[in-house]
Amino acid sequence: MSDYLSGNNPGSVQSEHEEHVHRDDMSSKIGMWLFLLTEVLLFGGLFLLYMAYRVKYTGNFHDAALELNMKIGTFNTLILITSSLTMALSIAAMQRARKGLSIFLLVSTQALGIFFLINKFFEWSAKFHHGLYPGSETLLNRPKGEYIFFGMYYAMTGLHALHVIAGLTLLTFMLVFIIRNKVNPDNYIRLENSGLYWHLVDLIWIFLFPLFYLMR
Amino acid sequence: MENADTASYVDFYHAEGKHKGILSWLLTTDHKRIGLMYMCSMMTFMLIGMTLGVLMKIEMLTPGKTIVSAQTYNAMFTLHGLIMIFLFIIPGLPAIFGNFMLPLQIGARDVAFPRLNLLSWYFYMTGGIFAILSLFLRGGPIDTGWTFYIPYSIRTGTDVILPLLAAFILGFSSIITGINFVTTIHRMRAPGMGFFKMPLFVWSLYATAWIQIIATPIIGITIILVIIERLFQMGIFDPALGGDPLLFQHLFWIYSHPAVYIMILPAMGAVSEIIPTFAKRTIFGYKAIAYSSLAIAFIGYFVWAHHMFTSGISETSRFIFSLLTFLVAIPSGVKVFNWVATLYKGSITPGVPLLFVMLFVFLFSIGGLTGLVLGSLATNAHLHDTYFVVAHFHYVMFGGTVMIFFGALHYWFPKMFGKMYNEKIAKWTIPVIFVGFNMLYFTMFILGYEGMPRRYWDYLPKYQTLHVISTVGSWILVTGIIIMLVNLINGLRKGPKAPMNPWGGKTLEWTVPSPPPVYNFEEIPVITHGPYYYGGEEEK
Repeated sequence: MSDYLSGNNPGSVQSEHEEHVHRDDMSSKIGMWLFLLTEVLLFGGLFLLYMAYRVKYTGNFHDAALELNMKIGTFNTLILITSSLTMALSIAAMQRARKGLSIFLLVSTQALGIFFLINKFFEWSAKFHHGLYPGSETLLNRPKGEYIFFGMYYAMTGLHALHVIAGLTLLTFMLVFIIRNKVNPDNYIRLENSGLYWHLVDLIWIFLFPLFYLMR
Repeated sequence: MENADTASYVDFYHAEGKHKGILSWLLTTDHKRIGLMYMCSMMTFMLIGMTLGVLMKIEMLTPGKTIVSAQTYNAMFTLHGLIMIFLFIIPGLPAIFGNFMLPLQIGARDVAFPRLNLLSWYFYMTGGIFAILSLFLRGGPIDTGWTFYIPYSIRTGTDVILPLLAAFILGFSSIITGINFVTTIHRMRAPGMGFFKMPLFVWSLYATAWIQIIATPIIGITIILVIIERLFQMGIFDPALGGDPLLFQHLFWIYSHPAVYIMILPAMGAVSEIIPTFAKRTIFGYKAIAYSSLAIAFIGYFVWAHHMFTSGISETSRFIFSLLTFLVAIPSGVKVFNWVATLYKGSITPGVPLLFVMLFVFLFSIGGLTGLVLGSLATNAHLHDTYFVVAHFHYVMFGGTVMIFFGALHYWFPKMFGKMYNEKIAKWTIPVIFVGFNMLYFTMFILGYEGMPRRYWDYLPKYQTLHVISTVGSWILVTGIIIMLVNLINGLRKGPKAPMNPWGGKTLEWTVPSPPPVYNFEEIPVITHGPYYYGGEEEK
């Protein structure tokens, strides 16, 4: 009989659960990781398309990539990586009960995120100025592979930018929660989960950057 | 214990909550109430879809125009597909019975994220309303078929964006439910309930939830791309601009084929609940059934291109996808043989749910075997896009999933509502449904084999006899379903009170009163036996 009782579900899991009926940090974390998995797959569809078209239009992709501004791309990569650092430090500060520092680091993360978007805005405007946007005369007269390259470029960086905006919104909520002490050194799972989301957004950019800017 | 339900307790319908009246439903986080809200909305959508289906069959009574124009017919089969697939069959069993029964079956008080659970219902409703709204907006109802194939879906003048948005939002709802269920199953099982002491319905929900998480994002991105293709001429799928419409088909089926297993797996789980209860013996091959659910979920992810055999993919990929398709038959066969072995030497009570299971086994076997006909490359070339395909997936989806949906409804009805329905009438609806169903769909196998293409509004006179038989069958089938639903509603209104455990089931939901109290269990049970323990030695 004891075999049955010592099944592969440790009793401690349940008793821990009984203590906090409304709160189970491990569940929140599992839920968040599963959500991140769906995000990876959402972009996965686009990466798959990118791969297929890169094989089909290798030469055109090479030519079109030369039009992108590698300096802004590199700069934006640095900005996002730094923002991931400040995000992680903000959580670390919260763990050590340094509320003020945590807020400062969180706001820095947001500032860097906004900075990234501003750069992106100028980068896109420059492209539009040169007539490099879907449906433009200039692009319609280019080889089809270049048209697709820019289609993929706008779709992927655009979807990524939307995720940056979503992340910034999430971080604003966290800021309010920290100020109101709803996120505190004893309960910071929401801040941690938002951090995970922010890192994912960063990580996706880390893949977009070489695919569009570096592979020439 | 059997009579504990006569003791005084407050069931979840009458419990005092924060809100009163309609708000006590619309703002609830109780998994049971959310399950029932899904049930009401889903039944409504099912009736709309069914009406469309009946009207389509009436249109097919005569060649040429019978009641509607060709364009209306195009819109009708598109909406019939959209509603039945995205609003009824995909969320059907997980959202209704999964929500209601999962926490009860694993001995938990609720799901892991009750508020997300409610949010997912609101997403579901938003998606549903968008789909219906698209009927009345500019451009007219969508006419692309539920598959939204490019390039037509970026050329048609009808309103494509709103229904696409609806499907996207419904996908969100599906993902949230999936995440919720996986987390719940990992974190909230009662003490002593290891993974191999979970009821098999829970196993099937687990496998389903994983497919929901892994496959749904792909349709999400595909839909977004079609929308921006229509809005901004991105060129990604448009052949005129260098895009490849075949890639759309790949992405579409990477989701939509696994979605087929989202539809059927929970039904198979419910079968694995009903059979032991009515055979009064433990399930045969528990682990084999549990693993086969995972195997189906896994292999199901690698067979998508069998929808594209005639689309122009390479010979090698056709060969591989055909082979992989055949492999799905193995875990499915494992299940069927284990179910039959469970019935062998059991003391069988032919209750209504079990009769639905019998109906399922018969119809689903025909659906499954004709699936092999379509999975073979040579026969597929002849039968692709004919009525044979229509018949095949109706046998699988309607004869499979929906029959078990009805069976599960009759199985868990006493638990959900605390009332009994008239079992005699319920039994009589089954032969009516059986006759109507086979008249309606078996004729379609023959029509397809003779060359009648699917989705056509007009046909050659030589097909008329079979179309007429089919249409009459649809009337008989609908009559059966209506009698069944009226019988259930009558049971709900004036049926006798249901006991705690009317069928002698052994899983945990039968150990709480009918209907259950708000927090399900007064004390969280400790599990010492497998889920279908009727005494004697247990399989290790």
